[in-house]
Amino acid sequence: MNPLNRCVLVLMAGLPIPSALAGDAAAGAAAWVAEHQPGGGAPVRSCVTCHGDDLTKPGRHAVTGKAIEPLAPSVNPERLSDPANVEKWLRRNCRWTLGRECTATEKADFVAYIKTQ
Amino acid sequence: MANRRGILFWLGLVSLGAVGVAASDGDGDRNGTRSGWLTSRADVAPVTNATYGEECGSCHLAYQPGLLPAQAWTQVMDPAALADHYGDDASLTETLRAEIAGYLLAQAADQASAPRSRAFAVGFDAHAGTGLPRITERRYFERKHDDVPASLVTSNPDVGSFSQCNACHRGAAKGVYNDSRIDIPGYGRWED
Ligand code: HEC
Ligand code: HEC
Ligand code: HEC
Repeated sequence: MNPLNRCVLVLMAGLPIPSALAGDAAAGAAAWVAEHQPGGGAPVRSCVTCHGDDLTKPGRHAVTGKAIEPLAPSVNPERLSDPANVEKWLRRNCRWTLGRECTATEKADFVAYIKTQ
Repeated sequence: MANRRGILFWLGLVSLGAVGVAASDGDGDRNGTRSGWLTSRADVAPVTNATYGEECGSCHLAYQPGLLPAQAWTQVMDPAALADHYGDDASLTETLRAEIAGYLLAQAADQASAPRSRAFAVGFDAHAGTGLPRITERRYFERKHDDVPASLVTSNPDVGSFSQCNACHRGAAKGVYNDSRIDIPGYGRWED
């Protein structure tokens, strides 16, 4: 097999997973700060509400006040390393922040954004 | 029977004392030996299940099982209740949910021997009230916190609500709630 073909094969074999996860980091960054109005006149909510806008810094749970370790993999390498855990928290946090679950695209965008931090 | 109870009681005291002495050795407590004994005595058995500590300790302190009776934990651990958990989503896979529920029920306040746990079980009515049961609404809890004004709790940004036991009880993570380790942010040590 010539090197070029081999390269194409490797690329194709690697494709399905990255393409399923490939998100748009810029869209994720915008969604990160987008504010959502919950019912009952409660204060607006966004991802910033608990994690802050600098992901390399610790956050604070808006209701309980508990400290949250930084989300940025650059300072907290364990972040995004366990897909089931990421999925669990995106479901919970989207429900709390947006009042609904996020779509696969929205979730991929968030992950792409966090990865760059 | 009465005799057996008596012996158990004394055995309990002796073993508590032993733990107290052993732990206060390394404590370096600035308030001396007596307080050293007090600080190291757990009022409610500490959390021993790692899964519980991780899953139920990510948003707030992992409350000790001995802070609510079994019937209350059953309500908290209901799958639908977990998805609508005091305004948050704490849902779990069925495997994790079952493991955690089993742990909580086995160590619940009405099953525990620590005296303050027993107190948390007194007068619980599973059918009273509408929302999920709260530790902070137990009769014993309300009685003990009667004297603590709202200015130190809900309008104190470093506390927020009574649910944040560890904001004031510096030994809360280890199940220590007695007066020796109470230090309210912006107020200081509590002397009653
Ligand atoms: C109400 C508070 C709160 C809000 C708002 C919130 N989160 Fe979180 N988030 C948490 C907590 C608590 C954890 C788990 C604790 C931890 O992992 O340190 C967490 C964990 C995560 C994780 C897991 C990361 C990992 O690999 O460990 C991701 C991803 C995440 N949040 C994304 C988001 C996004 C995206 C939003 C906005 C849609 C958001 N969060 C809003 C509280 C919040
Ligand atoms: C996604 C975040 C989150 C997770 C995970 C979570 N909780 Fe909570 N929990 C909360 C919030 C928010 C409150 C309400 C706090 C308040 O009112 O100040 C709460 C309150 C409670 C209370 C009532 C405390 C009181 O006021 O007396 C209990 C009991 C409780 N949680 C148990 C659990 C158990 C058991 C688990 C694990 C199955 C768990 N929690 C996991 C967010 C969470
Ligand atoms: C705002 C601070 C604050 C918070 C938050 C708080 N407590 Fe307390 N707690 C106190 C004070 C102060 C006392 C002592 C009251 C007295 O002696 O008059 C006390 C007393 C107690 C006692 C009785 C101790 C004894 O030796 O008699 C227990 C048990 C207790 N708290 C448990 C809890 C639990 C469990 C939580 C969380 C669900 C909690 N507390 C949250 C301040 C607080």
